[in-house]
Amino acid sequence: MAEPEATYEPPAGQAELVAALQAGDERAFASLVEELGPSMLRVARMYVSSRAVAEEVVQEAWLGVLSGIGRFEGRSSLKTWIFRILTNRAKTRGEREARTVPFSALGGEDDDDNAATVAADRFDASGRYAGHWSSAPSRWSDLPESRLIGGETMALAQAAIAALPETQRAVITMRDVEGWSSEEVRNVLDLSESNQRVLLHRARAKVRQALESYLESDRS
Amino acid sequence: MTSIWQRIRGRPEPELTCIELVELVTDYLEGGLDADERTRFEEHIGACQGCANYLDQMRTTIAVMGRLEVDDLSAESKAELLAAFRGWAWD
Repeated sequence: MAEPEATYEPPAGQAELVAALQAGDERAFASLVEELGPSMLRVARMYVSSRAVAEEVVQEAWLGVLSGIGRFEGRSSLKTWIFRILTNRAKTRGEREARTVPFSALGGEDDDDNAATVAADRFDASGRYAGHWSSAPSRWSDLPESRLIGGETMALAQAAIAALPETQRAVITMRDVEGWSSEEVRNVLDLSESNQRVLLHRARAKVRQALESYLESDRS
Repeated sequence: MTSIWQRIRGRPEPELTCIELVELVTDYLEGGLDADERTRFEEHIGACQGCANYLDQMRTTIAVMGRLEVDDLSAESKAELLAAFRGWAWD
């Protein structure tokens, strides 16, 4: 696909964009693929075992978008609608894969209610300081930036996200990796506000834990 | 719930402990605490270096995730999609 021309400005309003797509405007379509493609690939990757499969899922989702755009009535935002199609396809594909690849076993269950945000042994169990840190977290702002955002830290964050249960993985990817609002995530994944927050909380706690283990491994 | 003894002592709620505070960090960052809870949270953070560091770590964790590399669809995929779009039966 040719890059959209530098001078091309996609329609600003959603109604205009949808009308352009329905009218078969190639440039509008190409620019939408450019805009949403990377996020779609990343979100699809949360459900399936490989990048190659994720790419197939994204293509399938776009074909779903094409077959539905004629009937799209704007009851949700276009982005929400497209990502709902994508997550449905990705889930279906992931479930099919789970029967042949031991991938879904990776993350475990989403309702891991007993998982503490921070391991209980980091706090005093009794005495005057019960419930206070016995082993307090350190300041990461003191660490050199090269270490904080170095390749190893990034790889660890990526691995920690990959190891999360499926819905936590999807929520944290959309919120913290893609930078979506809580409302967008709730609409795409059909979650209540409190549910979204609980999933995000657990997911962030686990990623922080993984980074802490690494960042503090060789602190003197 | 405020007990009569708490009202008499002029302390409507006991202070948050660190183990309680870490459970509230996402609510805090999401703007999900009411004004009272927010004040208690911030008072604790102001007085407790360990919890201030924890909050800082959580903000750093979020920032690190925001810098993960962006991948894009392959040129072949995009070309196939555009071809599919062109070939679509528009009426």
